[in-house]
Amino acid sequence: MPSFHPSQTLLMDYAAGSLGEASAVLIATHVSLCPECRAEAARIEAVGGALIETIEPVPLAHDGMAAVLRKLDERPDAPAPIPSFDAETQRLVPAPLRRHLGGNLEDIRWRSLGAVRQIDLAVTQAGGHARLLRLKGGAKVPRHSHDGLEMIIVLAGGFSDQSGHYLRGDVAVAGSDITHAPVADAGEDCICFAVVDGSIKLSGPLGRLVNLFVRT
Amino acid sequence: MCPSLTMPSHAVPLAMPIIPGLVALAALALDGAMPKSQPAPPMAAPLSPAPDAASALSLMAAIAERRDRDAFARLYLYFAPRLKAYLMRRGADDGLAEEMTQEAMLTVWYRAGSFDPAKAGVSTWIYTIARNKRIDRLRRERFPEIERDDPALVPEPPIAADSALALVQDDARLRVALAALPPEQAELLHLAFFQDKSHSTIADECGLPLGTVKSRIRLALQRLRNDLKDFA
Repeated sequence: MPSFHPSQTLLMDYAAGSLGEASAVLIATHVSLCPECRAEAARIEAVGGALIETIEPVPLAHDGMAAVLRKLDERPDAPAPIPSFDAETQRLVPAPLRRHLGGNLEDIRWRSLGAVRQIDLAVTQAGGHARLLRLKGGAKVPRHSHDGLEMIIVLAGGFSDQSGHYLRGDVAVAGSDITHAPVADAGEDCICFAVVDGSIKLSGPLGRLVNLFVRT
Repeated sequence: MCPSLTMPSHAVPLAMPIIPGLVALAALALDGAMPKSQPAPPMAAPLSPAPDAASALSLMAAIAERRDRDAFARLYLYFAPRLKAYLMRRGADDGLAEEMTQEAMLTVWYRAGSFDPAKAGVSTWIYTIARNKRIDRLRRERFPEIERDDPALVPEPPIAADSALALVQDDARLRVALAALPPEQAELLHLAFFQDKSHSTIADECGLPLGTVKSRIRLALQRLRNDLKDFA
């Protein structure tokens, strides 16, 4: 079970459909790996369902329902074929992110950038970008900051910086005011999905958007 | 500008008859905990007659099991005007909202077999279909849905399942709890769901500190959770 979770407001933006696609994919990846946040997202969606029922209805086109009823016997468009992945990729990369991978983890043509190998993913993100990162066990990333808000979710291995020790499913969030020098755990490679989103802002002076859940 | 929002006062009684099993309970709670609702304005009634005797759940079952067109038509008359209102608030014009509503309701028909009442209430399930349709059509993106049979998915611990889903299953109780929220909290929930804006943008436009928006949303969700615990 992950220890670092997205904030409730991020889960709310996710369930309300207000996040950019890449950020939504990152939250959905965490939600796949975290039953608690999955339950919380379901609760927030239930609020959406209840609000739909309290909304002021608007008039429908007069022939709208008849048109829909005529279409009930049509066959719906076949869903897009789901690409197949090897067992390792299916085990490590949850479905919401896997759909954007384009192939198996071991076939990815990583670009080396110092201690970090990375690849850009074709996920929409206005004013930002989405990458898969891979660090060798024990690798040290030079101290750096980010343009905008960066969210990282760990898929394999782990890393530490001054804010904590992050393992599979954990979400780390750093604003442009944060500089950090993450170090990968010794052992297996650390694989992460990282999104920079210019549309999300931080509130506190600490610049942290994640919070450890306080359970009641 | 921060749009001012109020809960339409006639909405609850219109929505109530949809789940008869809970009507009595909900009505009791309404008497005690809520200001008396106004009668529905004359215009709303012909638009959206709530499915009377049958519950949304049994309509869904009739659609899934028997492909019952009458059941679908009743579900349509109730939900379509509400989905259309939602889609218009989130940026579609009348024509596009009508089109997306029709597509969303067709999806309800096609996918009725995958509706699982143990996972979500009917209105919640239909809400997520409309939300995903909006993202697909207005933003040309895809909502990243969770796959239940995903090999990577970490399953729920068996003990927590009941309590985690308590809120999800009971739409009627949730509506009552929502109506009892302090107005400033209810308003932020409305803004979060009905404006195409992240909480950061909402904070900017309402002139509220971001921290205040976050804490109000957190308080609102916490309170809903507690209210529903008290019910159980």
